[in-house]
Amino acid sequence: MTLTLGKDLLGLEPLSGEQIQLILDTAEPFKEISERAIKKVPTLRGATIVNLFFEASTRTRVSFEFAEKRLSADTVNVGASGSSVSKGETLVDTARNLEAMRIDMVVIRHAASGAAKFLAERIESNVINAGDGTHEHPTQALLDMLTLRDHFGKLAGLKVCIVGDVLHSRVARSNIWGLTKMGAEVAVCGPRSLLPNAIDDLGVRVFTRLDEAIEWANALNVLRLQLERMTAGYIPSLREYNRVFGVSRERLERSKREILILHPGPMNRGVEIDSDVADGPFSVILNQVTNGVAVRMAVLYLLSGGPPDLAEAAKGGSGKRDGGGGRRADD
Amino acid sequence: MTKPVLLAGGRVIDPSQLFDNVADVLILDGKIELIGERVANETKNRDGLETIDCTGLVVSPGFVDVHCHLREPGREEVETIATGARAAAAGGFTAVCAMPNTDPVTDNQAAVGFITRQALRANAARVYPIGAISVGQRGESLAEFGEMIGAGAVAVSDDGKPVVSAHLMRTALEYAQTFGIPVADHCEEPTLAKGGAMNEGIVSARLGLTGIPAEAEEIMAIRDILLARRTGGHIHLCHMSTRGSVELIRWGKERGIHVTAEVCPHHISLTEDAVENYDTNAKMNPPLRTADDVEALQEAVRDGTIDLIATDHAPHHYDEKEREFADAPNGIIGLETALAVNITWLVESGIIDLPLLIERMSCAPARVFKLPGGTLRRGSAADVTVFDPAVKWVVDPSSFKSKGRNTPYAGRTLTGRTRVTIVGGDVVHRGDV
Repeated sequence: MTLTLGKDLLGLEPLSGEQIQLILDTAEPFKEISERAIKKVPTLRGATIVNLFFEASTRTRVSFEFAEKRLSADTVNVGASGSSVSKGETLVDTARNLEAMRIDMVVIRHAASGAAKFLAERIESNVINAGDGTHEHPTQALLDMLTLRDHFGKLAGLKVCIVGDVLHSRVARSNIWGLTKMGAEVAVCGPRSLLPNAIDDLGVRVFTRLDEAIEWANALNVLRLQLERMTAGYIPSLREYNRVFGVSRERLERSKREILILHPGPMNRGVEIDSDVADGPFSVILNQVTNGVAVRMAVLYLLSGGPPDLAEAAKGGSGKRDGGGGRRADD
Repeated sequence: MTKPVLLAGGRVIDPSQLFDNVADVLILDGKIELIGERVANETKNRDGLETIDCTGLVVSPGFVDVHCHLREPGREEVETIATGARAAAAGGFTAVCAMPNTDPVTDNQAAVGFITRQALRANAARVYPIGAISVGQRGESLAEFGEMIGAGAVAVSDDGKPVVSAHLMRTALEYAQTFGIPVADHCEEPTLAKGGAMNEGIVSARLGLTGIPAEAEEIMAIRDILLARRTGGHIHLCHMSTRGSVELIRWGKERGIHVTAEVCPHHISLTEDAVENYDTNAKMNPPLRTADDVEALQEAVRDGTIDLIATDHAPHHYDEKEREFADAPNGIIGLETALAVNITWLVESGIIDLPLLIERMSCAPARVFKLPGGTLRRGSAADVTVFDPAVKWVVDPSSFKSKGRNTPYAGRTLTGRTRVTIVGGDVVHRGDV
């Protein structure tokens, strides 16, 4: 049986290692498209995709939009402000109205955990989760993993530590599921007040001190510290956070091994990460952004029913979306 | 004057008289006239007698629910006192207590009187109002307990709004003693529970939902128990949900403190796993907890640490539940599934037997809240439930008498169903046989 992703991409927890591998492998040939002078293939020609962003986003929204456009899909962006949402329309009504215009896919970013799943259960279109509350952000974790694989050649056996506000982070959750399924070892490091109380049951190692994490890890994925965490009383001050958990050059240099630095952005320079680390030789933060487009192209392609054998699509061959034969509603 | 009714040949279980035998029950003038083995032969020819064949069924004192939300006044599109009272009757309840979180709040004698009058017009299960502890449920100053009791209130509670001020709770426990009523509290330490949508634990960590730790309930439970010790008042702890709470109640009872407690059917049957798919019909406060908590609560129902089972029946409109989990309201309906959930999870699994279940659903709630009912003693009002303890049925919310459809048991096969409910000698519900 051919390996597929099913109708939606809601998170990495429900995916198998083989499915994650499929997405990463599919992303490889798509990287090259973005390096061409004419960055476009006809793979999703005629498909209509709505980017439904209920939360502010620059990187993820633009990355999805580029991925869609480079696959020749027709895209529409809908934000919360200035749309019917600001007039009090419910999520399900918004989605059903969009679907009544015969769309094929919805990319959704929403402040509520479970919003993508809620939507996926109620509409026929493919749904891609672009971040739901503090639950999952699967394409971010996929691009993180692709970047790690680019550098280390493999994910199995790799030691990755997620640093910072794991409690409120959808990026952390998706990375924990994805990396674990791919055979990597995952740790988290941060103040206990910003780690879920049940973190030990998630199958990850917990470091309370950053120096120990640096000693252990091959790579650090440094999470953004949202400023409102201070006013909500999770930490006393940003200054102290930087002192105790900020990733600085000095700290990294204490370790004898080279350690890769990832950050999902947007960065608070001088809080969770110092500028000389963010801009330093071990930072792959911009590679992550580049890989984001390729990973999202791969997800769009696979969900639209494109066959796992990608050679043809990557060469810019004919569209794969003939008559909906590739579209499935199962899984 | 009501018609005479003969309930013939059922297994009559009345824990208040330690009675458990196949017998007939004769109801005359709305009262229990006689329980015995050959009543049927002696009364066969009485004028207008309705005989209900109860062979294979259980005849018990009517169930009493000390905790439900009937939404009237204020949210009549969600439930009314009439639909709620009919739902209660369909579930075998002959009396229910309506919580005061109405709009406007039931915090004065006029509001209490309105509920009492609407209940009489409904002509189904009896409805007893519970008055607010504080004016407007705002947690600031005491409501007029005496006047509300004069109009028909049977207890006071600020319900979904925990009494944050320890001083106010102390005063309420002291002041309520004049009238001999329980003070019922929703135990929730608000700063710990803030923003919470489900139990704090592994499932909340995975789903990315803000958790409510068990301690949010337990801290308030022990505060209330200690204040009951200080004042000598009667504290009734609503919908207990954690093992820790059970241990604290046990601690209080061992010391002779006047603490009583209730548990809801959902907390002795479901765990936080029911939230897995962001099912808003598994969202309530307190939230579904862990298997370990469920086990402790079941055991507490058996050993009496938990005095009684109450539904916390909380209807919500379909649209309110059809949304993102964090934004959906708390609560599920329970009147029409309580008996079956309790039989399925407590009796079928061998934790308690039917007489003890009837004690926890009928006798104990009537006793603790000092309500009529909870007995089939000769001369008492004929509030009687006849149920089939073995029939299996599939929960179909669209068939409910309640306006609410929000139940996590939809589609599940449960055991046990009410056949006939009699209030004051009148048959107010007849189920399919």
